[in-house]
Amino acid sequence: MKAAIQTNQLTKVYGKKASRLIALEDITIAIKAGESVAIVGKSGSGKSTLMHILALLDQPTSGSVKIDGVAAEQLPAKQLDQLRNKNFGFVFQQFFLNANDSVLNNVILPLKIAGVGRQERNRRGRTVLQAVELADKADDKAINLSGGQKQRVCIARALINHPSIIFADEPTGNLDSTTGQKIEDLLFDLNKTKNITLLIVTHDPDLAARCDREIHIKDGHLVETGAV
Amino acid sequence: MKFFDLLLTANQSLLRNKARTTLTIIAIFIGATTLSLTNGIGAGIKTYLSKQVGNLGNSSSLTITAKTASRGPGASDNGLTKYVAGQKKIGGDGRGPGGLSQVALTQADIAKIKAVPNIVSVQAGLIATPDYIANASQPDAKYQFQLGQTVGRTNLDMSEGQPVSNSHGAAEITIPTSYVKSLGFASNAAAVGKTVIVGISDATGAQSTFRATVTGVQQKTLIGSTAAFANESLYTNLYDYQTTGLPTNAKDSYATVSAVYKDDLTDQQVASLKSTLSAEGYTAQTIKDTVGTVFTVISAVTYVLDGFAAITLLAATFGIVNTLYMSVSERTKEIGLMKALGMGKGKIFLLFSIEAVLIGFWGSLLGVGFANIIGHIVNSVGSKGFLKDFTGLQLLSFPAKPSALIILGIMLIAFLAGTLPARRASQKDPIDALRYE
Repeated sequence: MKAAIQTNQLTKVYGKKASRLIALEDITIAIKAGESVAIVGKSGSGKSTLMHILALLDQPTSGSVKIDGVAAEQLPAKQLDQLRNKNFGFVFQQFFLNANDSVLNNVILPLKIAGVGRQERNRRGRTVLQAVELADKADDKAINLSGGQKQRVCIARALINHPSIIFADEPTGNLDSTTGQKIEDLLFDLNKTKNITLLIVTHDPDLAARCDREIHIKDGHLVETGAV
Repeated sequence: MKFFDLLLTANQSLLRNKARTTLTIIAIFIGATTLSLTNGIGAGIKTYLSKQVGNLGNSSSLTITAKTASRGPGASDNGLTKYVAGQKKIGGDGRGPGGLSQVALTQADIAKIKAVPNIVSVQAGLIATPDYIANASQPDAKYQFQLGQTVGRTNLDMSEGQPVSNSHGAAEITIPTSYVKSLGFASNAAAVGKTVIVGISDATGAQSTFRATVTGVQQKTLIGSTAAFANESLYTNLYDYQTTGLPTNAKDSYATVSAVYKDDLTDQQVASLKSTLSAEGYTAQTIKDTVGTVFTVISAVTYVLDGFAAITLLAATFGIVNTLYMSVSERTKEIGLMKALGMGKGKIFLLFSIEAVLIGFWGSLLGVGFANIIGHIVNSVGSKGFLKDFTGLQLLSFPAKPSALIILGIMLIAFLAGTLPARRASQKDPIDALRYE
C-alpha cells in the first residue's frame, strides 16, 4: 500500500548566513493512509513547520514530499491549491473562523472556494453540522459560540470536502480538558469510521498517546518513531 | 470560487467595516459629483447653443458664396485671376461688406449648384430691407425692425404659435417676444393669428405696404434675437417690390445663395458635398461651421473644469488604496485561511479588486445621481432667477451616455487603485495566518 504522505530528507532553513536557523533537518517519514499520527515536540522544536510542509502550505529548503506517491514540488501552484481544497482538512488551535459570519457560512467556505453551487453547499453544510451536533447553531454567528463549539465548527469545515487527511494543529490547545476530550473523541471516531488519516501536532502527551504512532521532534531533528 | 460568490464576499467585507467604507465612498462621491457637474454644465450650454443655432435657420442648409481671395477679386498669392466676360461683382455699388468687392453669383450659378447631387433646393440670398412694421389695427404706430428669411425646414424655438410655412403662398411672419408690447399686443398668445403691416420702399423711393399673418412668437434667444422671420412668399414679394425699377442686370446678382441639402446626410457626406462645391468654385458653409468656434471654446472650458474634477478624484483614489491596505492587513488571517483552504492567488487578487471596483461603483453612482438632483434644482431656480434672460437654457444637462462613461471610468480608476492592495493580499503567505501570535 502506498503511503499517504512520504518525505525524503526534508530540510528547512530560515534566514541566511549569520542569522541562519535550521528549523528542520533530514526528516524522512512515511504516514500510511488511515493512520493516526501525533507530531510531538516542545514549542520551537519545528513540529509546526513540519506540519506546514506536510500540508503543502510551505516548501522545504531541500528534500521532497510525496502525497499519494506524487511529488508535491513538481505540481503547479494551482494543483497544490486544489489538492489542499479537495483532499485536506484543517483544524487549528485558534479556530480561524470568520467571527461575524454565520456558522453555516464558515463551514461551507471550502466548497465556496471550490465553486460548488449555493444550494448544494448549504445542503452539505447542514449535513456535516449534524455530524458534529451543531445543526441547531447553523444560522448563529460564529462569535457567539463557546470554544468547544467553535472547534466542532472547525472540524465540520475540515470534513465538508470529504478529505483523505485531516491536519490538526493543537486542536485541544485552547479548550478545557472535558471539552478537549470530546473533540479528541470526535477526531479519533472520524479516523476509525471514515478511515481519514489523522495528523495531530501537539505537546499534550495524553493526546499523543491516543494516536497509533508518535513522531518526536527536537531541535529540528527526528528523535524516535515508535509504533505503539 | 464562482464570480458571483466573489462579488457577494467582497460586498460583505465592505459592509463589515461600514464607517471606513462609507468614508472612502464619500471621497469618490465628491469626485464623481464634481466631474458630473462640470460635464453637465458643458453639455447644458452646448445643448442650449445647438438650439440657438436652430434659431438661425435651417440646420441642413449651406450658405454659398463665390470663391475669391480675401483681398478681393483678382489678387491672390498665386498672381491675378483671369477676368471672365460677364462676371459680376458685388460691392461695387456699396452693398458689399467692408468696401471690398466680391464676385457675385447669378442665376447661372444657381442652376449649376442645383445640379450638384444631394442638393434639394437652392435659393438666391435675397436681402429685403423693409422700412417698418406695424400692427394692422394700429397702422400709425410704425417701428423699425430687421427681417430674416426662413429657408426650407426651420428649427425656430417658438414661445407661442408655429413657425411660418413655406408650403403655400399666404404671407406669414413670426416676431420675437420683444416686438409684442411695442406692437400693442396684450400677450404673446394674443399676437398669434393677428395681422401686421410691413412697409418697404422701391428703388425709386416709393413706399408700399404688405400684410402678413403672425403665425407665432419666437422665444428670446442669444443670437439672431431681434429679427422677425418671413416665409418665402412674403419675403419674395418684399424683395421684388424693393428691386422694382432696378435694371435686370442688377437684380440678377447675389452675394450669397442658400442651398438645402438632404436631411439624412452624414457628416462625411456633408463634407464631401462641400468639397464638390469647392471644386466648382464656391465656398459653402453650414451653420455648424459658423458657430463651430464657439463650441470649441466651450469644449476647452469643459476640459479645464474636468481637470479640476480629476484632481478631486485623484485624491479619492488614494483613499481607496489606503482603505484596502488597511483591510488587507486586518484580514491577514482570513486571507491566509482562504489560501490554506485552496483559494488561488488570482482569486484573492480578484476579490480585493472587486472591493475596489464596488467602492468606485457606489461612489460614482451616488455622485452622478446627486449631481442630477443639484442640476434639477439649479435649473429650476436659475430659470426663474439668475438665468431669466436665457430662456430655454438648462444650465446643467446630464445625457445618459456621458454619465455612464463617468461611472465606468471611475470604476476603472478604482480598479487600478485596488491593484496595489490586491497584489499584496494575493501574495500573503498562508503560514502567516496560521502561525500563533
